[in-house]
Formats: sequence, structure tokens, C-alpha cells
Amino acid sequence: MKDLIKKLTEAYGPSGHEEQIREIIRGEIAPLADDLRVDTLGNLIALKKGTDGGKKIMLAAHMDEIGLIISYVDEKGFLRFQPVGGINVMTLSGGRVQFADGTVGVVAPEKGPEFQKEPELSKLYIDIGATNHDEAKDRLGQAVGFVRPFADLGKRIVAKAFDDRISCAILIQVLRQLGHTPHEVYFVFSVQEEVGLRGAHTSAYGVAPDLGIAVDITIAADTPEARKLAMKLGAGPCIKVMDGRMLAHPGIKDLLINTAKAASIPYQLEVLDRGTTDAAAIQLARSGVPAGCISIACRYAHTQSEMVDMDDVENVVKLLLAVLEKPIDL
Amino acid sequence: MLLEKLSNAFGPSGCEHEVRSLVAQALREKVDDLQSDALGNLIAFKKGVGPEPRLKVMVDAHTDEVGFMVTRIDKNGSLGFRTVGGIDSRLLLAKRIVIGPKRLPGVILAPPIHLTKPEQRKQVIEIDQLAIDIGATSQDEAKELVQIGDYGAFDTRFQALTGEGLRTVKGKAFDDRVGCAAAVALADGDYPIDLYLSFSAQEEVGLRGARVAAFRIEPDVAFALEGTICDDTPKQQDVSPTTRLGMGPAIYVMDRTFVADKRLVRLLIETAEESKILYQLRQPGVGGTDAGAIHLSKAGVPSVAVAVPCRYIHAPVGVLSLNDYDNLVTLMRKTLQALPEKWAA
Repeated sequence: MKDLIKKLTEAYGPSGHEEQIREIIRGEIAPLADDLRVDTLGNLIALKKGTDGGKKIMLAAHMDEIGLIISYVDEKGFLRFQPVGGINVMTLSGGRVQFADGTVGVVAPEKGPEFQKEPELSKLYIDIGATNHDEAKDRLGQAVGFVRPFADLGKRIVAKAFDDRISCAILIQVLRQLGHTPHEVYFVFSVQEEVGLRGAHTSAYGVAPDLGIAVDITIAADTPEARKLAMKLGAGPCIKVMDGRMLAHPGIKDLLINTAKAASIPYQLEVLDRGTTDAAAIQLARSGVPAGCISIACRYAHTQSEMVDMDDVENVVKLLLAVLEKPIDL
Repeated sequence: MLLEKLSNAFGPSGCEHEVRSLVAQALREKVDDLQSDALGNLIAFKKGVGPEPRLKVMVDAHTDEVGFMVTRIDKNGSLGFRTVGGIDSRLLLAKRIVIGPKRLPGVILAPPIHLTKPEQRKQVIEIDQLAIDIGATSQDEAKELVQIGDYGAFDTRFQALTGEGLRTVKGKAFDDRVGCAAAVALADGDYPIDLYLSFSAQEEVGLRGARVAAFRIEPDVAFALEGTICDDTPKQQDVSPTTRLGMGPAIYVMDRTFVADKRLVRLLIETAEESKILYQLRQPGVGGTDAGAIHLSKAGVPSVAVAVPCRYIHAPVGVLSLNDYDNLVTLMRKTLQALPEKWAA
């Protein structure tokens, strides 16, 4: 599974620019799905048919990652940018970014009087090695993702874009291992989560599920001087109770807890003070959908070096498989 | 000129009927159907020519403008207010306002320079410290003339500036009466698509009209026509303007509310280049348009926005170039003509 994770996390795909990552995922799942389609906004939707009158279940993991979009090319060919999703400006300087065509750039701070202070976004620029304006002018309006190789630390792994490629890998793994299920299961690899859950909004309308479960990362607060939150690496899948925009459906929350207990899968409960997932959009689709979320505890979220625990990843796969195996009565 | 009438019309969010009737009047003979809905959207339908099935295309422009609402009537007869939509309070002192169904004239108060200290002049007066003076001398007199909940709008008349060159004009509410004027102009052509012109209400308070209009229309493709930020006045550093006046309609790539459909962006650019129509890309990032609501309708709608650059939007007076306006109309006409063939490809 680590090979798959490496491939997914190193791919390019800021919000609204998911074509490349979508093709990679499509390649992985095309032989496994009973039906595969891409909807208007670019969500990749794979169907695994059920055997006998179960529920219509939507599983969602988002393909997009945070990035930057070029807003201006100056006289010398330096690029200014705006954020795509929640960017922590502190993490940008010295980092590398890549365009859809593979062109690499370096993010650097202006050397003005403010240089030593924590930079403002407007004081940073991207240098793609252009020697004049003309070489860079076509970059206006193009988006960049970050460049950072996957690193295998053994039990734990590090990469950019675990948010939410780790969950894409999990859904692919579930699809690979899923045998008999009574349910009609829609695996939705969604777009534009980082800019406002937009892909989940339209795909949930299209799929019209009986219930929805998002898979995403959450904040692991087990590092020095972290916020007072309960989630930690290696303690099992986080079963969402609440986040900044959603109260998980109690039936889904209990389903996940009871399934984990029955299958002896470790789990932890997640109460997150801010942020949210695709489940918040699924929940409000049409006349409402019972929705919940399984999260993977992740250190350094929304930086270019996020860290998760492989045991958690494998346990999320197990938990989802266990949920899908049996009839569901909420 | 329709833009002049539309710009002069009174229409803060939720009170768009004056604009709606001007548009309806202009369109009545030119379209196959005209309906208004529960939120105050006006939706015109113009059937396409040529083979079926035809694409269902929504072209949106919002009828509302930023304005004011009376929130209290003070003992001295002046009116407390809040803004409807985003207005910078620094722009308000001593501005002329019209209020309510009687279109009463009023002035926002301003302390005279003789009575203010230099440091006070550097401070911004918050909106809740301001009031509108309608000349009434008592609460009772004011209550005869206005009610709490009455709307207000800037009192600005449309006027042409330079006759040649950029053909600039000034007026209020170009965001988005310039889009409304362009959408009306589109009704003059025949297109190989079924055209729904949505004159949408309440954009400035959260894209509300477009949201329900898109649900009703169920378009295959949507275009939002706008008047957008134009900050091309001189800057200290070599930094970016969002758009430049006179450089053509500005095509959106991304803003706070949506990522434009790449095929539609390409179509607009190709059409502009083939027909030698001046265009510019709008700097991605700030702002939002009705496309933000439309593209999320039902299972999703491929959407894009195109705008006429307007200096000083959300202010008592703005400036635009009629060249940009004409180029927007031409670009949209050609794009709607080319759409079925290019969309299939």
C-alpha cells in the first residue's frame, strides 16, 4: 500500500485542477468498479454493486490538495500568488512548487525591511527561473501544488497532501479488498474540498445516497505544546462526533463504534474545534443525508510534510470493510 | 441608452423591482417567455434556432446593488441605517442618498472641518455613528416620511465622460447593471442554444437569487456577467491590478466562490482571439459572483464569469469604458454562437 500512497501523494492536484490525480486514481480502480463516471465538477465516482437490497452508501475522499494560484507576473518574470485553500504562510518560504506541466518554482520572500518577520503572503513570490516577463507571462491563472517526496519512516510515513490522498489510498484499498456486500457502494473521489466542499456538494446531489461517510485527516494533537485535543497517532481510526461545521449523525457514529468494537479494531473519538470535511456537505444534500466521518490522525496538517501512522491507515481500511460487509440499520 | 436607465434605477438587494421592470420592458418583444419567481428573479427565455437537442444556457446578471436600510428614527428626525451588501464606511460621509418608496432625498451627516481635530480626521467613523439627514426636525415629522426597513441607495446620475478613446461613463451600480444591460443586449441575436437570461436578485447579500434561479432553470452551461473590481490606478510598486480599464472583458479563472470551468474559459479565450476581441484574464483570488452559487446547483453546472472592469465599485460612483461593455456583448454573442460545436468537441 505504501507504493500507492507514494504515487498518490506526489501527484499534482490543487483544488480545481484535479485532472492528473483523477487519471491516476482512475487507472487504479477502473478494473474494480461496476461503473465509473466523472461528473460536471470533475468528481470521480465509482460504483460497486451490492447483492441484495442494502443501502446506497456514499464514501468520499477528496483528491484535491491545497496550493497556490498565480495572480500576477511582474516585469522581471517573478510570480505573485493567492492561496488555494487554507495555506499557512509560515510554511512557504524556501519550498518548491510545481505547475501542471511539471515546471518547478521556488517560493521566496522579498528582502525588504520586513524580511526577518513572519512573512505576509503579499511579500512572497515564486521564481520559476524566468529571465524576463515574456517567459513567465502565460502562468497567470495557473495553479501550483507543492513538491515534496514521500518518506517511509517505518510505522509512520511523511508526505505532502495526506490531506486527503491518504484517504484516496484507503478507498482504493477498500475497493480492492471488498468482496460480497449487500450495499450499493459509491466511492466518490471528490474535487474542491479545500475551497469549500464543492465537489461533495454536487456529487452527493447526483448520487443521492441513503447514508454518507467521508474519510479525511484530522488534527493529531500529540506533539509538543499542541492544542488540547484528544486525537493522536497510532490510536486507531478517529470516529467523528463533531467538527466546525458538522454534528455526525448519531446512528453513523454508533455504527462505526459498534463495528470497531465487534471487529476488535482500535478507535478514538474525534471532537474537532474547527475545520470540517466533505461529510458536512453530504449531510445537507437534497432533503438531508445521515452522514459521518472516519478520520486519520495527522501531524502537521496543511504543511508540506504531513505525518500519519500506517497502523491507523490499515485499521481504517479494516473498519470500512467491516461496515460494508453487513446490513445496516441506523 | 439602457445602461443609463439601469444605472439610475433604485435597486438595493431585496428591492429590485424598479430594475426588474426596466429589464422586462426592454425584453418583452424580444423573448419567448418572461417570468419572475419567489425571490424576485426575472427569467427570460429565448428559444434557439437549429437542430435539437439544444444546450440549455443560463446567462446571469444580478439586478441588485449595494445600498442601505433604515434601522432607527432618532429624536432629532435623522435616520440610523445599516448597509445592505459590502460598503466601506470611509466612503459615506456627506454622500447623497435616496430613501424609501417615495425616493426621498437625504444626506449622510458629516462633521465640519472647523469642529474636528486633525487626529479625528484620520479616523474612520463607524456606520453606527452615522445618520441620514432628510431635513426633518423631529421624530414625528420623519415618521411621516419614512419607516424602519425602508431601503436607501446612492443618489448618483449617470453621465458620459470622455467622448473618444475609452468612451468612459460614470454612474452608480455598474455592479451589476452593466451585466444586466449586456444580458438584455444578447436577446437581440439568434443562437443555436436555448437561452435563459436570469436577472437575479440579492447577489450582494449572498448570491441568493441565482441559487434558486439555477435550480429552476437546470442549465447545461452557465455564464455570469458582471461589473468587477478595476484597481488600475497608479501603485507604488509593480504589483497587480485585478483588471485594467479599456483592456476588454475580464474572464474569471477563480475567485472566492468558484473555480471556473476550464472548457468555458478556453472557449471564451479562443472566441476572443479568433474574432480579435480585446480580453483580459481577471486576477484570481478576491471577490465572488453568482457563478459561485450556480455551479453548485443540483449535480453541478459548468460555469464561468466574464466582467466589465469598473473603477470604484461598491461606491457612490464608478467609472467604466463602453468599449469594454461593447466587447463583452460581442464576445458573448460569438461565444453563444460557437458553443454547441465547441462544447461537443
